[in-house]
Amino acid sequence: MKPAPFRYIAARTLEQALALKAEYGEEARFLAGGQSLVPTMNFRLTQPAVLIDINPLTQLAGTRQSGPESLHIGALTRYRDLERDPGTAQDLPLVAEALPHIAHPQIRNRGTIGGNLAHADPASEMPAIIVALAGRLRVQSTRGERWIAASEFFTGALVTALAADEMLVEAELPLAKPRSGACFMEVARRRGDFALIGVACTVRNDDDGRCAEARIGLCNAGDKPILAEDASQSLAGRPISTAQIDQAAELVQRAIDPGGSIHASKEFQRHLAGVLTKRALIEANKRAQREL
Amino acid sequence: MSSDSHDVTVTVNGAQYRRQVESRLLLSDFLRHDLLLAGTHVGCEHGVCGACTVIFDGVAVRSCLMLAAQADGHAVMTVEALAADREHLHPLQESMRDCHGLQCGYCTPGILMTMKAFLEETPAPDEAQIREALSGNLCRCTGYQHIVDAMMLAAERLRS
Repeated sequence: MKPAPFRYIAARTLEQALALKAEYGEEARFLAGGQSLVPTMNFRLTQPAVLIDINPLTQLAGTRQSGPESLHIGALTRYRDLERDPGTAQDLPLVAEALPHIAHPQIRNRGTIGGNLAHADPASEMPAIIVALAGRLRVQSTRGERWIAASEFFTGALVTALAADEMLVEAELPLAKPRSGACFMEVARRRGDFALIGVACTVRNDDDGRCAEARIGLCNAGDKPILAEDASQSLAGRPISTAQIDQAAELVQRAIDPGGSIHASKEFQRHLAGVLTKRALIEANKRAQREL
Repeated sequence: MSSDSHDVTVTVNGAQYRRQVESRLLLSDFLRHDLLLAGTHVGCEHGVCGACTVIFDGVAVRSCLMLAAQADGHAVMTVEALAADREHLHPLQESMRDCHGLQCGYCTPGILMTMKAFLEETPAPDEAQIREALSGNLCRCTGYQHIVDAMMLAAERLRS
């Protein structure tokens, strides 16, 4: 028995879960997959007074296409289900490529996209991906609901824009567009470990082969997921060349603020960010050219 | 902070158990201490080592990252259910013995349950798939090669 004592309540309805969170505020935590929260509770780094289990709320799981341009993923959707769904590779190639890097199969069997995003670990893959894709997050409380842009959702290490009474209920991600390519790459000491640095990028070309839009996101490169805006903007307007990719990699290295650790110094992380940005951009551009 | 208790009904290895559990009781400790099914081993207790892997509603999960209260109304399978009886090991266990896939044996129950779920989903895996499936289970004795050999053999035996 490792966690400190708490009250456990299995929510029967979304309304009940939100009412409990409104009542207990910061004292309460939602339990989704529990793959990040429970370890911190076992170490007693987190000691919620109330744990609201949302696993019974199956309506929060699954994906739905809301229009021609975007896919909604329910907060309780487990990573393993996204991995098994052939639609993921088709619609969200960046997510599909990153999924095998997210911990291990047993963790992905339980871990949910909502829990992962709300935990807001800057070293985690999905926050960087949703920032790179310019996704949005729908949050709900007893007061109503609102949408938060991914770029505004993550405010610091393990800190989000969620108010004390709010629940993240779904993520909205744009579907892969024609003539676009995506690539996710990371370096970790072992498969399934947190990345020393990860790069998520997308490239979309216009009819004449010029880059219409590029977006580069990074994980474990600062106290929150990083969108390398200068680097992303530097690529638009011209066909992507080696010189431009080198320049983008330099801009990425300037935009990040990695923390360094016993596994990798800041300098090494910055070096990796440059190398991975180049490789991922080359691959994403290749894929974009194939998607005519 | 106060704790509370819950009445749970859990099906473990086909048998139904009714128990009263404290909120903070981990599923791993529930299996070992309350049900006296000590085949499930507890290693790191924060989701890294994989020793406590059990099959929960058909999928392999870390039992140290779930609460006993969450198992109410669900079905759990542990390593105790693998062998039909003392004389007849499961092909996974036989293959581990034949290939010398264990030394101290601490990680073995977690590996067996991980691979049981994996081989049901992927009956004809290649070596790379087996290594990926095993990536969430740490073994400090074997260097993994004999475990991989055992799993290749087990897959073959389970197919025939």
